[in-house]
Amino acid sequence: MELFRLTAHELSEKITKQEVTAQEVTTSVFQRIETMEPKVKAYVTLLKENALQQAETIDQKIKTGEKTGALAGIPIAIKDNMNIKGVKSTCSSKILNNFISPYNATVIDLLKKQDMVFIGKTNMDEFAMGSSTETSYFGKTYNPWNLETIPGGSSGGSAASVAADEAILALGSDTGGSIRQPASCCGIVGLKPTYGRVSRFGLVAFASSLDQIGPLTKDVQDAALLMNAIAVYDNNDSTSVNIPTPDYTKSLIKDLTGLKIGIPKEYFVAGMDKEVEQSVREAINLLEKQGAKIIEISLPHTEYCLAVYYILAPSEASANLARYDGVKYGYRTPEAKDLLEQYEKTRGEGFGPEVKRRIMLGTYALSSGYYDAYYLKAQKVRTLIKNDFDEAFKNVDAIVTPTAPTAAFKIGEKTDDPLQMYLSDIFTISVNLAGIPALSMPCGFTRNKMPIGLQIMAKHFAEETIFKVAYAYEQNTAWHKEKPKL
Amino acid sequence: MKITSKEVEYVARLARLSLSEKEKEKMTAQLDSILQYMDTLNKLDTNNIEPTSHVLPLNNVWREDVARPSTPRDKILANAPDQAEGFYKVKKVIE
Repeated sequence: MELFRLTAHELSEKITKQEVTAQEVTTSVFQRIETMEPKVKAYVTLLKENALQQAETIDQKIKTGEKTGALAGIPIAIKDNMNIKGVKSTCSSKILNNFISPYNATVIDLLKKQDMVFIGKTNMDEFAMGSSTETSYFGKTYNPWNLETIPGGSSGGSAASVAADEAILALGSDTGGSIRQPASCCGIVGLKPTYGRVSRFGLVAFASSLDQIGPLTKDVQDAALLMNAIAVYDNNDSTSVNIPTPDYTKSLIKDLTGLKIGIPKEYFVAGMDKEVEQSVREAINLLEKQGAKIIEISLPHTEYCLAVYYILAPSEASANLARYDGVKYGYRTPEAKDLLEQYEKTRGEGFGPEVKRRIMLGTYALSSGYYDAYYLKAQKVRTLIKNDFDEAFKNVDAIVTPTAPTAAFKIGEKTDDPLQMYLSDIFTISVNLAGIPALSMPCGFTRNKMPIGLQIMAKHFAEETIFKVAYAYEQNTAWHKEKPKL
Repeated sequence: MKITSKEVEYVARLARLSLSEKEKEKMTAQLDSILQYMDTLNKLDTNNIEPTSHVLPLNNVWREDVARPSTPRDKILANAPDQAEGFYKVKKVIE
């Protein structure tokens, strides 16, 4: 049996019943990696030896009847901006190329507590800035559905590893769509939780008012299981909200009777991709058949989201990335005549073009004379965008849209035009600005057999509503069972 | 023009970022078109709108004022590009 093809919940059952061992599962995943990785290039670092050791310890625990976590023995891939003690955290950047983390991120400690197995660190856009995983210092990742297209980004390595069965599930991070858009491109499930739901302690900061960690999985049930493990209060993160962790698997019921789903007219505009529109419309029809009431709504400030995001995120990034100065860790320029030159050359040589562009944009927006016109203005419009959602959720329980305007595009197609690249996030960034949760799941394919993603949003801390809608849809479709031919 | 090459140079200095001549030229053109796109926000009157910095109310996290172990110095210094006698080593700052 090809164990690597199974979901976490399927494997978990087999491991608990002692039909298979964690070592067999881990070995199977690494065999898959050996054959697929030359084509997909999803990983930056592989942890084979550690993983097999971890699996052995877990098998011992199971054998002796010791209590184990709900995801015991399941191999997981981690985006390379989350710290695992003793392992490199590069953020796919030259400037952190040699950085070895001295501590675990809180999510890593939580997954360890579940007895999960860490397979490796996945490739990403440098410092999570991008929508295609093309800005990585270590080279591109390729979409398993068509190796000539991008896997999405910035969690492209995590999404591709799951889609290619090189991981059973993965963690990613989402600042403007970086979990959902790659999940959409690779035909898998990806959830950005509510801001404050999952601890970011040990996640390398990009834009602190927007960043969230979340799961990338083969199906909705796996996403719920992984959320059960990571949605835990942490006093090491001042934005972590102290509310109990629900059992998200209790939301996996097929009945949508009485649930009100909003369709924002601003997300279905003239000129949108026909295949994407058709798939999403069909998905909405199916939700209606399952008992949901479909209501057209308006989010009037949608057209401003992109501009607000590309002022606020780079501004926060320019402050967060000030720490990479070649003093305490990371790359340092070999030659400089004084400290100032050391800073400037270290950063000039250590960062790639997109990161430099965003640092410049953010520094400009925060600089004296421009602060009010850009940064403050964007923060005010952010209030209007958040208000749009508050209003909408007075009348509906969930909102459904496409995840991305198109299926995965060709490698190199948008690298020379930053604005075109930024437009890939047009349907996902509003969610981060409002701080609400949203999930992407497969809802069809284009004629060229590229996955299309359906996005489901809910109000703050209403992940359970999202899981309910997503599960009802998934159980009545078979998109998630399709696999790329590699 | 929203931004000139001279402003790009000034902002690069603020950001402690060395840019080659070619980079400066490309950066000026790209930032210019991005900043023009940002003008769309000026269509909105936001005079009476409060800015949002975080979507949820943030409270400081307090803890008891008791000593607890921190990461050992050698573990932290292990990542330093240069070090001496338990300190980070950099270029001379004071004449």
